[in-house]
Amino acid sequence: MLRPLRIGWLYFRLGAMNELQYRANFIVALFQSLLSLGVALVVLKLVYSHTTELNGWSESELLCVLGIQILMGGVIHAAIQPNMERLVDEVRDGKLDYPLTKPEDAQLLVSVREMRIWQAVEIVAGAVVLSVGVVRLQSVVGIGGWLEFTALLLLGAVMIYCFWLVLATGAFWVVRMWHLVELFEGVYQTGRWPIGIYPDWLRYSLTFLVPIAFAITVPAEAITSRLQLGTVLTAALFAVVLFAFSRWFWRLGLRRYSGASA
Amino acid sequence: MADFYLTMMRTAIQSQLQYRAATYMYLVGMVAEPVIYLVVWTTIARSHGGQVAGITPGEFAAYYIVWTLVRNMNIVFTPYGWEWRIREGQLSAQLLRPLHPIHYDIADFAGGKVIWVLLYLPIAAGLTFIFKPTLDVTPLDVVVFFVAIWGAYLIRTMNLWLLGMVTFWTTRGGAIFQTYMMAELLLSGRLVPLQLMPDWVQEAASWLPFKWTFFFPIEALVGHLSVTSLLGGLGMQILWIAIGGCFVWLFWRASVKRYSAVGN
Repeated sequence: MLRPLRIGWLYFRLGAMNELQYRANFIVALFQSLLSLGVALVVLKLVYSHTTELNGWSESELLCVLGIQILMGGVIHAAIQPNMERLVDEVRDGKLDYPLTKPEDAQLLVSVREMRIWQAVEIVAGAVVLSVGVVRLQSVVGIGGWLEFTALLLLGAVMIYCFWLVLATGAFWVVRMWHLVELFEGVYQTGRWPIGIYPDWLRYSLTFLVPIAFAITVPAEAITSRLQLGTVLTAALFAVVLFAFSRWFWRLGLRRYSGASA
Repeated sequence: MADFYLTMMRTAIQSQLQYRAATYMYLVGMVAEPVIYLVVWTTIARSHGGQVAGITPGEFAAYYIVWTLVRNMNIVFTPYGWEWRIREGQLSAQLLRPLHPIHYDIADFAGGKVIWVLLYLPIAAGLTFIFKPTLDVTPLDVVVFFVAIWGAYLIRTMNLWLLGMVTFWTTRGGAIFQTYMMAELLLSGRLVPLQLMPDWVQEAASWLPFKWTFFFPIEALVGHLSVTSLLGGLGMQILWIAIGGCFVWLFWRASVKRYSAVGN
């Protein structure tokens, strides 16, 4: 049980040492996240200059949603997306042989190899925005609310990881996976707003097809005391199902892999 | 010259046709952006008795659906492409050719547009079916729109060429490009119809080229512009193309002297 964590930690340290050589990238990441945060705040101001509430969400509540979206975006950009992009590239180039021949679980290895620590700037920025939002809320978030929030956020991260793994596993069938990142980034922006504003078909897609609602809106519901027990149970159940599915799909894809030298 | 453009465009069409699946992925990712804006503003309009700043949900739908087409037309050779072009020494071959390299980019992307717009039409049909836009156009609107999207294409080509050429002078152009993109997002009508912006932003936008690449082409079709503003808008586009063209010409002559390639 502890072994995956140890391997993950080892690769994390390795990645961090690598990245620390490129300190200028920190400034680049900082500038980018400040700029996109600025735009997001302007958009929020603009929206609330024309209304006082959006589908029942006040400005401070939406600030919380924005914070969670940026924070989760940082996790995705730092830990999930780089691994999955590398996986797609390696399947195409036949380099996946290397992780496959190692005596560890291949899914674990391909999921922890890359770490972009400078993207953690986004995690910090998201946490700051979230804190400002929480301070401005009318109601106080209790310890129970924070526990629920943390648990749901972790579940959300797992679901986004599973979703990305399914996408990346597609590379075993479809070679040309360009624009996959653009596709995901485009869709991920929907998470900046509470899921309830979208029309039904889109809301269901953003919940069960791309688990953005579970990753962002549901943790935000925990903070803003809207959470219902049914939602928590659905999130937990869906996380288990998605994890099992992604693992099954990954193995299915792996069987199609023929390698570079075979 | 016309011959050159036709041949380049035909080649671009052929090569774009090969990558339909990749293009679709890109298009779907792109459509997410306007759909989000549309849903947000529709929600607000509905909760305020059916309109925001005089714009109804149907008009928002029309605005953002036409937006997607204009956005397609606005895709040009990016500054990031310039980084690659200079780093990899791609420019060396282009410099040997008799024509100014900008003609190759204009023709190449113009050809790609044909395929992009064709592939985009089903998406537009889907969006129309879902969001039910209200659109009421005159023949003149349509004519001006078709001219204006090409005007927007040329203005944006010039602007991004200018930005791209910064790469001759520094390898850290990214910050400049991103700042430009942010200004464009807010001042062009890409984010929201400019009527929703505070007055001073609208005032600023009228002195800058951005709104002629997004807001004007869209409004030409979905807004109710007078004949004078329609033709005046085209005039402004020509003005900005000319200004951009002059700067590109001057800046290019200064920049290309700094270019050196290794081993090609």
